[in-house]
Amino acid sequence: MTLALSGEEVAARLEQQFPKNAIEPIGNSLLVKSESLFELASFLKTTPGLEFDYLSSITAIDYYDYFELVYLLTSIKHNHSLVLKTRCYGRENPILPSVVSLWQGADYQEREIYDLMGIAFEGHPNLKRIALWEGFQGHPLRKDYL
Amino acid sequence: MEVGRLREYIYSDRELDQVEGEAIEELKAKCQQPIPDPDKWLDEELKRNILLTSVEAVLNWARRSSLWPGICFPACCAFELIATSASRFDISRFGMEILRASPRQADLLITAGTLTWKMAPNVKRIYDQMAEPKWVIAMGACGISGGIFRSSYNVVPGYNRIVPVDVYVPGCPPRPEALLYGIRMLHNKIAKRPIIIEG
Repeated sequence: MTLALSGEEVAARLEQQFPKNAIEPIGNSLLVKSESLFELASFLKTTPGLEFDYLSSITAIDYYDYFELVYLLTSIKHNHSLVLKTRCYGRENPILPSVVSLWQGADYQEREIYDLMGIAFEGHPNLKRIALWEGFQGHPLRKDYL
Repeated sequence: MEVGRLREYIYSDRELDQVEGEAIEELKAKCQQPIPDPDKWLDEELKRNILLTSVEAVLNWARRSSLWPGICFPACCAFELIATSASRFDISRFGMEILRASPRQADLLITAGTLTWKMAPNVKRIYDQMAEPKWVIAMGACGISGGIFRSSYNVVPGYNRIVPVDVYVPGCPPRPEALLYGIRMLHNKIAKRPIIIEG
Protein backbone atom coordinates (compact mmCIF):
# COMPACT_ATOMS: atom_id res chain seq x y z
CA MET A 1 0.00 0.00 0.00
CA THR A 2 1.31 3.41 -0.92
CA LEU A 3 2.11 5.51 2.13
CA ALA A 4 0.37 8.89 1.98
CA LEU A 5 2.74 11.50 3.40
CA SER A 6 1.01 14.30 5.28
CA GLY A 7 1.65 17.96 4.59
CA GLU A 8 3.27 18.54 8.01
CA GLU A 9 5.66 15.68 7.50
CA VAL A 10 6.97 17.00 4.20
CA ALA A 11 6.89 20.63 5.34
CA ALA A 12 9.11 19.71 8.29
CA ARG A 13 11.69 18.29 5.89
CA LEU A 14 11.60 21.36 3.71
CA GLU A 15 11.99 23.94 6.47
CA GLN A 16 15.62 24.66 5.69
CA GLN A 17 15.21 25.05 1.94
CA PHE A 18 11.99 27.04 1.81
CA PRO A 19 10.91 30.12 3.71
CA LYS A 20 8.09 29.54 6.15
CA ASN A 21 5.62 31.71 4.28
CA ALA A 22 6.03 29.87 0.94
CA ILE A 23 4.67 26.52 2.08
CA GLU A 24 1.90 25.73 4.46
CA PRO A 25 0.42 22.36 5.43
CA ILE A 26 -3.36 22.27 5.04
CA GLY A 27 -5.13 19.17 6.32
CA ASN A 28 -3.28 16.26 4.78
CA SER A 29 -1.90 18.26 1.90
CA LEU A 30 0.77 20.85 1.29
CA LEU A 31 -0.15 24.31 0.01
CA VAL A 32 2.52 26.24 -1.84
CA LYS A 33 2.58 29.79 -3.17
CA SER A 34 2.37 29.77 -6.93
CA GLU A 35 5.69 31.67 -7.27
CA SER A 36 7.50 28.82 -5.52
CA LEU A 37 5.59 26.00 -7.23
CA PHE A 38 8.17 25.04 -9.81
CA GLU A 39 11.07 25.33 -7.41
CA LEU A 40 9.28 23.16 -4.84
CA ALA A 41 8.18 20.65 -7.46
CA SER A 42 11.68 20.12 -8.77
CA PHE A 43 12.91 19.88 -5.19
CA LEU A 44 10.30 17.22 -4.38
CA LYS A 45 11.30 15.31 -7.47
CA THR A 46 15.05 15.30 -6.91
CA THR A 47 15.60 15.29 -3.13
CA PRO A 48 16.83 11.90 -1.86
CA GLY A 49 14.28 10.36 0.44
CA LEU A 50 11.35 12.09 -1.28
CA GLU A 51 11.90 11.56 -5.00
CA PHE A 52 8.37 12.02 -6.31
CA ASP A 53 9.11 10.62 -9.76
CA TYR A 54 5.51 10.20 -10.92
CA LEU A 55 2.69 12.71 -11.31
CA SER A 56 -0.60 10.84 -10.95
CA SER A 57 -2.87 13.70 -11.91
CA ILE A 58 -3.55 17.41 -11.85
CA THR A 59 -6.98 18.79 -11.00
CA ALA A 60 -8.24 22.37 -10.97
CA ILE A 61 -11.08 23.62 -8.80
CA ASP A 62 -12.91 26.92 -9.16
CA TYR A 63 -13.61 28.56 -5.76
CA TYR A 64 -14.77 31.87 -7.32
CA ASP A 65 -12.14 33.87 -5.35
CA TYR A 66 -9.31 31.75 -6.64
CA PHE A 67 -8.53 28.62 -8.58
CA GLU A 68 -6.95 25.77 -6.67
CA LEU A 69 -4.76 23.24 -8.44
CA VAL A 70 -4.21 19.83 -6.89
CA TYR A 71 -1.14 17.84 -7.86
CA LEU A 72 -1.17 14.18 -6.83
CA LEU A 73 2.46 13.13 -6.60
CA THR A 74 3.72 9.59 -6.19
CA SER A 75 7.15 8.14 -5.63
CA ILE A 76 7.44 4.77 -7.27
CA LYS A 77 10.87 4.33 -5.74
CA HIS A 78 9.79 4.86 -2.12
CA ASN A 79 6.12 3.95 -2.56
CA HIS A 80 4.73 7.07 -0.97
CA SER A 81 2.49 9.87 -2.17
CA LEU A 82 1.73 13.53 -1.49
CA VAL A 83 -1.09 15.94 -2.30
CA LEU A 84 0.34 19.28 -3.36
CA LYS A 85 -1.90 22.31 -3.80
CA THR A 86 -1.42 25.76 -5.13
CA ARG A 87 -3.71 28.73 -5.61
CA CYS A 88 -4.06 31.12 -8.45
CA TYR A 89 -5.86 34.44 -8.02
CA GLY A 90 -7.67 36.51 -10.63
CA ARG A 91 -10.16 35.37 -13.24
CA GLU A 92 -9.02 37.39 -16.21
CA ASN A 93 -5.65 35.95 -16.99
CA PRO A 94 -4.50 33.41 -14.39
CA ILE A 95 -1.00 32.08 -14.95
CA LEU A 96 0.88 29.26 -13.25
CA PRO A 97 4.28 27.70 -13.91
CA SER A 98 4.21 24.52 -15.96
CA VAL A 99 5.67 21.28 -14.58
CA VAL A 100 5.93 19.49 -17.92
CA SER A 101 9.71 19.78 -17.83
CA LEU A 102 9.63 17.72 -14.60
CA TRP A 103 6.84 15.25 -15.38
CA GLN A 104 5.95 14.54 -19.02
CA GLY A 105 2.53 13.30 -17.94
CA ALA A 106 1.54 16.87 -17.06
CA ASP A 107 1.43 17.79 -20.76
CA TYR A 108 -2.14 16.78 -21.64
CA GLN A 109 -3.51 17.53 -18.18
CA GLU A 110 -2.26 21.10 -18.21
CA ARG A 111 -3.70 21.50 -21.69
CA GLU A 112 -7.04 20.21 -20.41
CA ILE A 113 -7.00 22.68 -17.51
CA TYR A 114 -6.05 25.47 -19.90
CA ASP A 115 -8.92 24.42 -22.15
CA LEU A 116 -11.68 23.98 -19.58
CA MET A 117 -10.60 26.32 -16.75
CA GLY A 118 -8.68 28.96 -18.65
CA ILE A 119 -5.49 28.81 -16.60
CA ALA A 120 -2.36 29.42 -18.65
CA PHE A 121 0.81 27.47 -17.87
CA GLU A 122 4.03 29.34 -18.34
CA GLY A 123 6.72 27.19 -19.96
CA HIS A 124 4.37 24.61 -21.44
CA PRO A 125 5.79 23.38 -24.79
CA ASN A 126 2.44 23.16 -26.62
CA LEU A 127 -0.24 25.08 -24.79
CA LYS A 128 -3.43 24.91 -26.83
CA ARG A 129 -6.97 23.59 -26.45
CA ILE A 130 -7.30 19.79 -26.25
CA ALA A 131 -10.98 18.79 -25.79
CA LEU A 132 -12.55 21.77 -27.50
CA TRP A 133 -11.68 23.46 -30.73
CA GLU A 134 -9.72 26.60 -31.45
CA GLY A 135 -12.13 29.53 -31.41
CA PHE A 136 -14.45 28.18 -28.69
CA GLN A 137 -15.69 31.00 -26.47
CA GLY A 138 -15.17 30.66 -22.74
CA HIS A 139 -13.98 27.90 -20.41
CA PRO A 140 -16.84 25.50 -19.60
CA LEU A 141 -15.67 24.10 -16.26
CA ARG A 142 -15.61 27.53 -14.62
CA LYS A 143 -18.43 28.02 -12.17
CA ASP A 144 -19.60 31.19 -13.90
CA TYR A 145 -19.77 29.63 -17.38
CA LEU A 146 -23.25 30.15 -18.85
CA MET B 1 7.63 -83.34 -52.68
CA GLU B 2 3.94 -83.30 -53.52
CA VAL B 3 1.74 -80.89 -51.62
CA GLY B 4 -1.83 -82.14 -51.35
CA ARG B 5 -4.75 -79.73 -51.83
CA LEU B 6 -6.16 -78.49 -48.55
CA ARG B 7 -9.73 -78.44 -49.76
CA GLU B 8 -11.86 -79.68 -52.65
CA TYR B 9 -13.74 -76.98 -54.59
CA ILE B 10 -16.92 -77.43 -56.62
CA TYR B 11 -15.39 -75.59 -59.56
CA SER B 12 -11.83 -75.88 -60.55
CA ASP B 13 -9.63 -72.77 -61.01
CA ARG B 14 -9.76 -73.18 -64.71
CA GLU B 15 -13.58 -73.15 -64.75
CA LEU B 16 -13.66 -69.98 -62.62
CA ASP B 17 -11.23 -68.19 -64.94
CA GLN B 18 -13.35 -69.15 -67.88
CA VAL B 19 -16.52 -67.64 -66.32
CA GLU B 20 -14.66 -64.44 -65.48
CA GLY B 21 -13.29 -64.17 -69.01
CA GLU B 22 -16.74 -64.59 -70.52
CA ALA B 23 -18.14 -61.81 -68.28
CA ILE B 24 -15.38 -59.41 -69.32
CA GLU B 25 -15.90 -60.20 -73.01
CA GLU B 26 -19.63 -59.60 -72.63
CA LEU B 27 -19.17 -56.22 -70.85
CA LYS B 28 -16.55 -55.08 -73.36
CA ALA B 29 -18.87 -55.94 -76.28
CA LYS B 30 -21.70 -53.92 -74.72
CA CYS B 31 -19.61 -50.83 -73.86
CA GLN B 32 -18.06 -49.88 -77.18
CA GLN B 33 -19.73 -46.43 -77.23
CA PRO B 34 -19.49 -43.69 -74.49
CA ILE B 35 -22.65 -43.05 -72.45
CA PRO B 36 -24.09 -39.58 -73.25
CA ASP B 37 -23.75 -36.88 -70.50
CA PRO B 38 -26.97 -36.36 -68.53
CA ASP B 39 -27.95 -32.91 -69.91
CA LYS B 40 -31.14 -33.52 -71.88
CA TRP B 41 -33.23 -31.81 -69.20
CA LEU B 42 -31.17 -28.61 -69.20
CA ASP B 43 -33.22 -26.89 -71.89
CA GLU B 44 -36.39 -27.49 -69.97
CA GLU B 45 -34.82 -26.17 -66.76
CA LEU B 46 -33.83 -22.89 -68.42
CA LYS B 47 -37.43 -22.45 -69.47
CA ARG B 48 -38.62 -22.94 -65.93
CA ASN B 49 -36.15 -20.41 -64.47
CA ILE B 50 -37.19 -17.28 -66.27
CA LEU B 51 -38.83 -15.05 -63.67
CA LEU B 52 -40.58 -11.85 -64.41
CA THR B 53 -39.71 -9.02 -61.99
CA SER B 54 -38.58 -5.43 -62.03
CA VAL B 55 -34.95 -4.31 -62.03
CA GLU B 56 -35.75 -2.19 -59.00
CA ALA B 57 -36.91 -5.15 -56.97
CA VAL B 58 -33.82 -7.19 -57.77
CA LEU B 59 -31.44 -4.30 -57.18
CA ASN B 60 -33.01 -3.33 -53.88
CA TRP B 61 -33.13 -6.96 -52.79
CA ALA B 62 -29.39 -7.23 -53.46
CA ARG B 63 -28.67 -3.95 -51.68
CA ARG B 64 -30.62 -4.68 -48.52
CA SER B 65 -29.43 -8.28 -48.28
CA SER B 66 -25.81 -7.33 -47.72
CA LEU B 67 -25.58 -4.01 -45.93
CA TRP B 68 -22.05 -3.43 -44.75
CA PRO B 69 -21.86 -1.16 -41.71
CA GLY B 70 -18.98 1.27 -41.41
CA ILE B 71 -17.28 1.79 -38.08
CA CYS B 72 -18.60 4.76 -36.08
CA PHE B 73 -18.67 3.84 -32.39
CA PRO B 74 -17.98 7.02 -30.41
CA ALA B 75 -19.55 5.87 -27.11
CA CYS B 76 -21.35 3.21 -25.11
CA CYS B 77 -24.02 2.15 -27.65
CA ALA B 78 -21.10 0.41 -29.35
CA PHE B 79 -21.38 -2.46 -26.89
CA GLU B 80 -24.96 -3.18 -27.88
CA LEU B 81 -23.88 -3.02 -31.50
CA ILE B 82 -21.03 -5.42 -30.78
CA ALA B 83 -23.47 -7.73 -29.01
CA THR B 84 -25.76 -7.49 -32.03
CA SER B 85 -22.98 -8.52 -34.35
CA ALA B 86 -21.81 -11.37 -32.10
CA SER B 87 -23.13 -14.92 -32.08
CA ARG B 88 -26.22 -14.52 -29.90
CA PHE B 89 -28.03 -11.92 -32.02
CA ASP B 90 -25.92 -12.45 -35.11
CA ILE B 91 -26.47 -9.79 -37.77
CA SER B 92 -24.74 -12.09 -40.25
CA ARG B 93 -28.27 -13.42 -40.75
CA PHE B 94 -28.81 -10.23 -42.74
CA GLY B 95 -25.50 -10.44 -44.55
CA MET B 96 -23.99 -7.59 -42.56
CA GLU B 97 -21.54 -9.26 -40.23
CA ILE B 98 -18.54 -7.50 -41.72
CA LEU B 99 -17.97 -4.15 -40.03
CA ARG B 100 -15.84 -2.34 -42.55
CA ALA B 101 -12.85 -0.45 -41.26
CA SER B 102 -12.79 1.50 -44.51
CA PRO B 103 -15.83 3.71 -45.19
CA ARG B 104 -15.29 3.19 -48.91
CA GLN B 105 -16.43 -0.43 -48.50
CA ALA B 106 -19.42 0.43 -46.32
CA ASP B 107 -22.94 1.55 -47.17
CA LEU B 108 -24.51 1.79 -43.71
CA LEU B 109 -23.50 4.08 -40.85
CA ILE B 110 -24.78 2.96 -37.44
CA THR B 111 -24.17 5.91 -35.14
CA ALA B 112 -23.51 4.09 -31.88
CA GLY B 113 -22.82 6.86 -29.40
CA THR B 114 -22.62 10.46 -28.26
CA LEU B 115 -21.02 12.75 -30.79
CA THR B 116 -19.00 15.81 -29.77
CA TRP B 117 -18.51 18.79 -32.03
CA LYS B 118 -14.79 18.11 -31.91
CA MET B 119 -15.43 14.65 -33.41
CA ALA B 120 -18.23 15.76 -35.76
CA PRO B 121 -16.04 16.70 -38.77
CA ASN B 122 -14.46 13.25 -38.69
CA VAL B 123 -17.81 11.46 -38.66
CA LYS B 124 -19.06 13.67 -41.47
CA ARG B 125 -15.91 12.84 -43.39
CA ILE B 126 -16.50 9.11 -42.87
CA TYR B 127 -20.03 9.56 -44.18
CA ASP B 128 -18.83 11.55 -47.18
CA GLN B 129 -16.29 8.85 -48.03
CA MET B 130 -18.92 6.10 -48.14
CA ALA B 131 -20.04 5.09 -51.61
CA GLU B 132 -23.59 5.80 -52.81
CA PRO B 133 -26.18 4.54 -52.12
CA LYS B 134 -25.72 4.83 -48.35
CA TRP B 135 -27.93 4.82 -45.29
CA VAL B 136 -27.70 5.96 -41.68
CA ILE B 137 -29.28 4.43 -38.57
CA ALA B 138 -29.28 6.82 -35.59
CA MET B 139 -28.82 4.47 -32.65
CA GLY B 140 -29.67 5.47 -29.09
CA ALA B 141 -30.84 8.64 -27.39
CA CYS B 142 -27.59 10.50 -28.08
CA GLY B 143 -27.68 9.60 -31.75
CA ILE B 144 -31.25 10.82 -32.07
CA SER B 145 -31.16 14.02 -30.04
CA GLY B 146 -27.99 14.26 -27.99
CA GLY B 147 -29.71 12.44 -25.14
CA ILE B 148 -28.96 13.61 -21.63
CA PHE B 149 -25.98 15.58 -22.97
CA ARG B 150 -28.13 17.60 -25.35
CA SER B 151 -27.56 20.93 -23.59
CA SER B 152 -23.81 20.41 -23.23
CA TYR B 153 -21.41 22.86 -24.84
CA ASN B 154 -19.66 20.19 -26.86
CA VAL B 155 -22.33 17.65 -27.87
CA VAL B 156 -24.02 17.45 -31.25
CA PRO B 157 -27.78 17.39 -30.56
CA GLY B 158 -28.57 14.54 -32.90
CA TYR B 159 -26.67 13.11 -35.85
CA ASN B 160 -29.22 14.61 -38.21
CA ARG B 161 -27.37 17.90 -37.77
CA ILE B 162 -24.49 16.54 -39.83
CA VAL B 163 -25.76 13.51 -41.81
CA PRO B 164 -29.21 12.54 -43.12
CA VAL B 165 -30.72 9.82 -40.92
CA ASP B 166 -32.94 7.04 -42.33
CA VAL B 167 -34.01 5.14 -39.22
CA TYR B 168 -34.09 6.21 -35.56
CA VAL B 169 -33.65 3.50 -32.90
CA PRO B 170 -34.50 4.88 -29.44
CA GLY B 171 -33.08 3.55 -26.19
CA CYS B 172 -30.22 4.30 -23.83
CA PRO B 173 -28.74 2.13 -25.13
CA PRO B 174 -31.22 0.21 -27.32
CA ARG B 175 -31.17 -3.52 -26.82
CA PRO B 176 -29.93 -5.63 -29.73
CA GLU B 177 -33.54 -6.64 -30.51
CA ALA B 178 -34.40 -2.96 -30.97
CA LEU B 179 -31.44 -2.45 -33.28
CA LEU B 180 -32.40 -5.55 -35.28
CA TYR B 181 -35.92 -4.16 -35.58
CA GLY B 182 -34.45 -0.90 -36.84
CA ILE B 183 -32.36 -2.80 -39.37
CA ARG B 184 -35.48 -4.65 -40.58
CA MET B 185 -37.26 -1.29 -40.94
CA LEU B 186 -34.33 -0.03 -42.99
CA HIS B 187 -34.64 -3.15 -45.18
CA ASN B 188 -38.28 -2.30 -45.81
CA LYS B 189 -37.30 1.26 -46.60
CA ILE B 190 -34.63 0.16 -49.09
CA ALA B 191 -37.16 -2.15 -50.76
CA LYS B 192 -39.21 0.91 -51.69
CA ARG B 193 -36.30 2.89 -53.08
CA PRO B 194 -36.79 3.86 -56.73
CA ILE B 195 -33.84 3.54 -59.11
CA ILE B 196 -34.25 7.07 -60.35
CA ILE B 197 -34.74 9.54 -57.55
CA GLU B 198 -36.12 12.83 -58.72
CA GLY B 199 -34.78 16.07 -57.43
